[in-house]
Amino acid sequence: MLLIACPYCGPRDEIEFRCGGEAHIARPKEPDAVTDEAWADYLFRRDNPKGVIAERWFHTYGCRRWFNVLRDTRTHAILKVYRMGAPRPDRGPS
Amino acid sequence: MSQRFRLPSGGRVDRAKTLRFRFNGRSYEGYQGDTLASALLANGVHLVARGIKYHRPRGIHAAGVEEPNALVQLGRGARSEPNARATEIELFDGLRATSVNVWPSLAHDWRSINGLFAKLLVAGFYYKTFKGTQGLWQRVYEPMIRRAAGFGRAPTLPDPDRYDHMNEHCDVLVVGGGAAGLMAALTAGRAGARVMLVDEQSEPGGWLLGCGASIDQHPAPKWVAGVVAELRGMAEVVLLPRTTAFGYYDQNYVCLLERRADHLGRAAPAYSSRQRVWHVRARHVVLAAGAHERPLVFADNDRPGIMLAGAVTTYVRRYGVLPGRRAVIFTNNDSAYETALALTQAGADVVTVIDARAEPGGALAMAAREAGIRVLDGRVVIGTRGTRRVSGVELGRLGADGSSAEPTSERLDCDLLAVSGGHSPVVHLFSQSQGRLRFDETLGAFVPGEPAQPQQMAGAINGLSSLALCLADGLRAARAALEATGFSEATTMAVPRVEPEGQSGALRPLWLVPGHKPIGRGRAKHFVDLQNDTTAADILLARREGFEAVEHMKRYTLAGFGTDQGKTANLNALAILARATGRSIAETGTTTFRPPYTPVGFGALAGTEIGALSDPIRMTPMHDWHVAHGAAFENVGQWRRPWCYPRSGETMQDAVNRECLAVRRAVGVLDASTLGKIEIVGPDAAELLNRIYTNGWKTLRVGQVRYGLMCREDGMVFDDGTTARLAPERYVMTTTTGNAAIVLDWLEEYLQTEWPELKVYCTSVTEQWAVASIAGPKADALITRLAPSLDLSDAAFPALTLREGVVAGIPARLFRISFTGEPSYEINVPSDRGLALWEAVMEAGAPLGVAPYGTEAMHVLRAEKGFIIVGQETDGTVTPLDLGLERMVSRQKDFIGRRSLGRADTRRADRKQLVGLLTDEPSVVLPEGAQLVRKDDATRAPPVPMIGHVTSSYYSAVLGRSIALALVKGGRGRHGEIIAARFDGRTVLARIGPPVFIPKPEASSDG
Repeated sequence: MLLIACPYCGPRDEIEFRCGGEAHIARPKEPDAVTDEAWADYLFRRDNPKGVIAERWFHTYGCRRWFNVLRDTRTHAILKVYRMGAPRPDRGPS
Repeated sequence: MSQRFRLPSGGRVDRAKTLRFRFNGRSYEGYQGDTLASALLANGVHLVARGIKYHRPRGIHAAGVEEPNALVQLGRGARSEPNARATEIELFDGLRATSVNVWPSLAHDWRSINGLFAKLLVAGFYYKTFKGTQGLWQRVYEPMIRRAAGFGRAPTLPDPDRYDHMNEHCDVLVVGGGAAGLMAALTAGRAGARVMLVDEQSEPGGWLLGCGASIDQHPAPKWVAGVVAELRGMAEVVLLPRTTAFGYYDQNYVCLLERRADHLGRAAPAYSSRQRVWHVRARHVVLAAGAHERPLVFADNDRPGIMLAGAVTTYVRRYGVLPGRRAVIFTNNDSAYETALALTQAGADVVTVIDARAEPGGALAMAAREAGIRVLDGRVVIGTRGTRRVSGVELGRLGADGSSAEPTSERLDCDLLAVSGGHSPVVHLFSQSQGRLRFDETLGAFVPGEPAQPQQMAGAINGLSSLALCLADGLRAARAALEATGFSEATTMAVPRVEPEGQSGALRPLWLVPGHKPIGRGRAKHFVDLQNDTTAADILLARREGFEAVEHMKRYTLAGFGTDQGKTANLNALAILARATGRSIAETGTTTFRPPYTPVGFGALAGTEIGALSDPIRMTPMHDWHVAHGAAFENVGQWRRPWCYPRSGETMQDAVNRECLAVRRAVGVLDASTLGKIEIVGPDAAELLNRIYTNGWKTLRVGQVRYGLMCREDGMVFDDGTTARLAPERYVMTTTTGNAAIVLDWLEEYLQTEWPELKVYCTSVTEQWAVASIAGPKADALITRLAPSLDLSDAAFPALTLREGVVAGIPARLFRISFTGEPSYEINVPSDRGLALWEAVMEAGAPLGVAPYGTEAMHVLRAEKGFIIVGQETDGTVTPLDLGLERMVSRQKDFIGRRSLGRADTRRADRKQLVGLLTDEPSVVLPEGAQLVRKDDATRAPPVPMIGHVTSSYYSAVLGRSIALALVKGGRGRHGEIIAARFDGRTVLARIGPPVFIPKPEASSDG
């Protein structure tokens, strides 16, 4: 079970959170302007890297706020926690 | 004579406290401090089990958790426990145990005949049976395997014991209370760190409890007692004996199982939980888990009386038991010489050491020789005799490369054969923590390499064998842990002095002892995994059949499975595989170590979350009334909702019929308090609704109510409900009962992640309001009686609006919305007035014939009108268009899911669409979920194409016949077609029509 440092509450057990999948996938501003293929990409395609991934997490049983996490899928190490809307920190695959 | 093999003195048993116990129906005596295994050995009982496949006699092999053979069924009735290890069970008065997997008795097991058919039970025999004809499998193999498989029996009665869980944080968690662990805990404790020390045995000390050395001039057990006393006196130290760290997860999260009352038997206090699971977050972990001795793999190495050498030492020194009087010790390393010394000191008649090495060296070996113990160098055991107990060994001279052995004429009689093939560090938890293992050629074992978490390894887990080195390593590990957690070490710490000191000689790796014949020829068996009856020949066969990867070999031969997970077997198995494939052991690698380290009972994992505590139960303010009036309940999520209110003599269907008729002809009342209610407040509230719902919300005026449909971004219907505008910037949304929390999450997710610019707050108010939904032609009359001043005319209170007022003396919100097609009012009052409102409704409605109705009547009533229920007509693959709800889909705006409705897949003409079904036979109610096929296909042998399924199906009392809703491919174009439903071996024909059975009257404004 991960220990996740909520930026608002501090370190808490993973059971208090819900993972919201890959971060930094913005909803197209004008959905009608994108092709079916691009829309399918937005809906269904997600990265599954062996290495560092940016994920959204929601503190369901805490402050009920969303935030972003950089996590290494190989070690489950949480490298960085940052607020929703902030750009992805520069921690590429290591 | 009782306890014939008990030594007159020595050991840690209390000879003043005699305990009586029964094993396989016979009475025995043991002492306080015994394990079941040590007490059995004290009584000369070696034969305790049968092998799982060949049913050969098996004895006690080890003295701890690694025991592969001595599994017993412990206790009786509801407390019966299968597969308990006799080596771990602490003896208590009145203990009862029996052998597992024997029939009719341990001494005369008819299945030992399996041994005669051994050739048929080779590696992978289970898989090979699949290749025969199906009939052979069903008639012969499956019954045979099922009868023979497994060990003990699970109890059939509910577990009467209590279990609990604890959460704990600490600076340093020390796993293992042997020499290194005690040293580490003492160092960390003196530094003031918050320390947890866990040890799986009845008392800390581990190997030191049976050790002949002295530490700081005290016998080792006395040094242990001093350290334990000091640790117990420290306020920040938690010392947990009888506690196993069974799982090591991310970020130093370690799960422990504490056995609190198992050792007390009937004397266990009622207030104590039987077992406790600890959830520990440690800033730093010190793994001092020790090492397990490996057996040697030689011909017929499985007879009772063949034991691990270190276990023999433990039985002699810790339990004061002599496991045999004429002992042969077979080793490839120095450690077994301690066993030879222990047996000699305890008065064994004959002790002979068979050492595979040509030049035994080391201090212990020298000491044994000096004590006059006979040592035969360069020899190996190439065969054993004895049926229910080992009675003798044959020897051979081992060739220089270890691949052959020349039989010698030496024959030794014995009643005990102690073996040592070296030690394997207990790397299980280290490996679970994602640390990398490294194979050490000198030790012939895997040792911890680079850790992946904040942790240290100390002592024998690092491959250290001398006591002085283990103590020093414990101190080193504690220092590193203290530095990492910011404590400064107490200056008084030093490595204790150990006597005698000495170097040990090198181990000679010996993975498979050669014998008279090549492995696999002849009757001799070379067991690798005693619990699974896996032999060296099985592994070689697996390799010949292509199972060369270690994980494949494991699954094909079963080596390493079972309740012991191959603690003594794994390394020998993979070393034999490595040699057969011409690879090194490091290249071959190990199988994966997974939690739990030792078995954990379901009771302990469940803890207190059983029965009524397994999940919260939510009840409405009117719940007690429903109970008092005989409601039959159903679970909707965590809510308990009345399903119907059967009167005496009524069937459930009778009650539902009566409730439906009451609503259609008079008036009914439904407890709708469970519907999710979310207040949506802020200047952008309307904008949020407009983006979330498929229909438009900008035109809704204060006091108006609107039905809305929500989709996920993929265009599939996700929830529905009504939302009312209470004030210019204040709305209240209702959701389905089961989706209330999910919808709130959904709104917050979009507000926080996609549209942070919207100024909106969402608050759950589900439990703040109690709701009574009044429906029926006499609803107006009932409301008038409760709220005489309220003008219910269509002009003053139109459909889909809300009014505030006083109902039965209670301030209330009334919503004129209908889910039944009848005139309806949903009365919302503060929760604490819910019961008062309900009772007032029942009293005022009595002259009108009011009937409380449950969820089933509500389902029937809405189905008659063709209203959908999310989760019943929808399953995550249904769009609003599939449901025929085009009118709910705005073309003027974007909303969540709109773009997806234009995808090729959601535009397909043959999508399943909502239709109504009327069966040819009006009395037949189709089962929900029934598969639908074309009528022509109904008479053909399957498989035939499935074109739809029934989503809702009821008997309608008003119509006097059954009705059903269904999703059918291209259904809207098939109205009038006869379709077939197949279920329970029968075929029922039904006519497709529109999904509405009681059309709306022209003049009605409800529904």
